[in-house]
Amino acid sequence: MSRETILNALLVAGLVALPLGAHLAGEPFTVTLATRAVILALAAVGLNIALGLGGLVSLGHAAFFGVGGYAMGILASHAQSYVPLMEAPFLIEGTKSMPVIWLVAVVASALAALLIGMLSLRTSGVYFIMITLAFGQMLYYFAIGWAPYGGEDGLPIYVRNGFPGLNTLVPIQFYALCLVVLLLALALHAVIARSPFGLALDAARQVPERVRAVGLNPTRLKLAAFTLSGAITGLSGALFADLNRFVSPTMLSWQMSGEIMVLVILGGTGRLFGPVVGAAVFVALDHHLGGLTEFWQVWLGVILLAVVLFARGGLIGLIAGERRTDA
Amino acid sequence: MSPILIAEQVLNGLQFGVMLFLMAAGLTLIFGVMGLINLAHGSLYMVGAFAAAAVAGLTGSFLLALIAALAAAAIAGALVEIVVIRRLYARDHLDQVLATFALILIFSEGTRWIFGSFPLFLDIPGWLSGPVTLPGGIAYPLYRLVLIGAGLAVAAGLGLLISRTRIGIQIRAGENDREMIAALGVDISKLYTIVFALGAALAGLAGALVGAIQSVQVAMGEPVLILAFVVIVIGGIGSIRGALVGALLVGLTDTLGGIFLPELFKLFLDPATATAVGASLASMAIYILMGAVLIWRPTGLFGAPA
Repeated sequence: MSRETILNALLVAGLVALPLGAHLAGEPFTVTLATRAVILALAAVGLNIALGLGGLVSLGHAAFFGVGGYAMGILASHAQSYVPLMEAPFLIEGTKSMPVIWLVAVVASALAALLIGMLSLRTSGVYFIMITLAFGQMLYYFAIGWAPYGGEDGLPIYVRNGFPGLNTLVPIQFYALCLVVLLLALALHAVIARSPFGLALDAARQVPERVRAVGLNPTRLKLAAFTLSGAITGLSGALFADLNRFVSPTMLSWQMSGEIMVLVILGGTGRLFGPVVGAAVFVALDHHLGGLTEFWQVWLGVILLAVVLFARGGLIGLIAGERRTDA
Repeated sequence: MSPILIAEQVLNGLQFGVMLFLMAAGLTLIFGVMGLINLAHGSLYMVGAFAAAAVAGLTGSFLLALIAALAAAAIAGALVEIVVIRRLYARDHLDQVLATFALILIFSEGTRWIFGSFPLFLDIPGWLSGPVTLPGGIAYPLYRLVLIGAGLAVAAGLGLLISRTRIGIQIRAGENDREMIAALGVDISKLYTIVFALGAALAGLAGALVGAIQSVQVAMGEPVLILAFVVIVIGGIGSIRGALVGALLVGLTDTLGGIFLPELFKLFLDPATATAVGASLASMAIYILMGAVLIWRPTGLFGAPA
């Protein structure tokens, strides 16, 4: 076993043990903090598929995070007001059921990612960064102007949505649900990285000409990765909205895109558990430094600058050493 | 809809466009010469606006405020280049994005620390306020007219600087072949600092000029930064002319779209729906324009073909 494998196993054990301990000690707030970290990690796992595997520097992933959030908000708000979404040509009603909401969030954000990806992938490099950022901003302004669903004020949901067999109002149960989703997404990432698709994608990131020479279309590979990436980030958006019982345009803001990217890099780009480490550190910093000073983001900026300039493999790189090039 | 209203809106669009140009020109120059994507360019815009507001508050002089904005942004730019940015030229775009994102956090929160969360105000000086009457009976604020003039003058000056001066020759040479001009004895790292400070000064100037018609507040730069990115994508990276054309297109599309799209939809929808649909489409208009340019010409209107 490599050091990274041992580290990953320890991380999973920690994800199970720490919140469980907090629950038994009667500290539901800590459980909620951990839930926040797990959901943000899921968003970053989504981005890590585009960024780490596909080499696509997307600064617009808040778009998919927000689409997932609004999918939840719209469905749940119609369910709580008993007004159907539409009546003709056929009846669509709102819902408070998480599995249905998740499905809608995944499909909607995948579609958004497909459309944005199709346009953005006509370019590459620095154009790609600017264009994804711009499309994210487009959805942000759209949400601000979207009066029926709260506009700038956002959309509160009064009761958390339900999952069959669970009481999602109990923090530890909701945490467990989010953790299972995160672990499934990590497993998916690991499977994809080893699959023929993942290998071809890796090749398309490094030498697109060769991929083209063996008869594969690198743009299509990247588009598939971008769409999948957007879908996973969209799912995390639905969970995030459920955690806060609130959706607002802030979920779509460019700062959110930046933060999701920071989570990936802080942990280690392309590392399977990079997003988990990044999100855990980010939430811990937010909580502890945020309690000490109102201006904690100055220090976040300094830490981030130090990581970029001096610790290029992220935190996992610091602990587990450089990434094996054959992985 | 009267011709006077249309003329006013076209002028508003031009004014917005030339201010975007000041931002986009610096960004595109920095990208063209150093190959660097700088997210912190919006912070330099903010630095300019805050410096101007602070100096105007102390001295009451608008001209001194503008000089302070230029100087503060140029010095901040040069410092940032020397301390952080020059370590990033050899890195990939991802590292550049993250490091400059970190700079945004430091600049924004640092400014909040020093000046507090409340917006500052920068007044239009007496000799530039009030309306002027243009041919055709259009009453238009003098200050906005001055902004258009100042922006176009800077554009012309920048064009002359690049095409006619020694430093312009070095900048153009740096875009083409940085090893060669280093071999010819040009101090390349000094040139990079100068270009970065020049871009920063343009951003600071834009921040100060716009600060007088909007409020001066933390994070005022980032929405403008993203619009400047749209301008660059439309105009083509590295092209000053592209930045000017792109900026005017974006400025006019945004301003005119906000006025005319709701009117257009009123022709076939009821007024309330038309206003709602028109307003949300108008907020997306420039991005739709960007998408159209991308489909038609992925490297922008004036960009070199890939």
